[in-house]
Amino acid sequence: MSNIKFVIPCNEANHVCDKTQYKDATLWEKIKLNIHLIYCRACREYTKNNTKLTKVLKRSDTDCLDPECKEAMKKDFEKALNEYKQ
Amino acid sequence: MSNHQINPNKWIDSYSDYLFNYTISRVSDREIAQDLVQDTFLAGLKSMKNFKGEASERTWLISILKRKIIDHYRKINSNKGKAEVRINYKDSESEGDWLEERVADPFDKTAEDTLQNAELGDAIHNCLGKLPQKQANVFKMKTILGHETEAICNELNITASNLWVIIHRARTAMADCLKENWF
Repeated sequence: MSNIKFVIPCNEANHVCDKTQYKDATLWEKIKLNIHLIYCRACREYTKNNTKLTKVLKRSDTDCLDPECKEAMKKDFEKALNEYKQ
Repeated sequence: MSNHQINPNKWIDSYSDYLFNYTISRVSDREIAQDLVQDTFLAGLKSMKNFKGEASERTWLISILKRKIIDHYRKINSNKGKAEVRINYKDSESEGDWLEERVADPFDKTAEDTLQNAELGDAIHNCLGKLPQKQANVFKMKTILGHETEAICNELNITASNLWVIIHRARTAMADCLKENWF
């Protein structure tokens, strides 16, 4: 039993919390996070805000351009910009 | 006497996501939205001398974009032709005051909800604009576009732990920035 760690430091807890926002955390990681949250107030606060952020982003339906598309747009625009300057 | 400067070199970096978000909520087709945003930038470039500095660059570009969106709808409307449906009561049997006609709109979103959502979208894009470029990029790819961690790492040539550090910083900054009004 001694090689199984139940207790994790704050930075690891925050990391797991970030992963949870993207559903990337494993079950075991989530258990460890929740054990940590029982006794750590700062991380509880961080987790609360982080979850809220995820909800707000989801609610807003925010969208943005694909980086590739943005690059292409930039190239076209720069071409037009150069023509304009001449 | 202009209060606002115009500098097209930074347009794409600063405003393309904002304009795209504005467009996609109105035309709901990614490709068309991209084209409209692109057109807006080019049109802005051409009429740069008309920029008086009364409004910010972004407001000015949005006003161009609005016209582009209206033009787009005019165009598809004239293409579509006459596929219009008119409901007329032909016989006296179906005429009258029908309960079915008075049923509430099925859409559960009110105008107020839509307005609030648009404001929230604004706030999010403002906060994204305050992040350092790289953080903003990684955050958008991961959170908004929903790319896999591995794909982002390959594309930007960073390690997974690197990515999570960036995400952590971006999330903290975003939460701080949105805290005042939206939490």
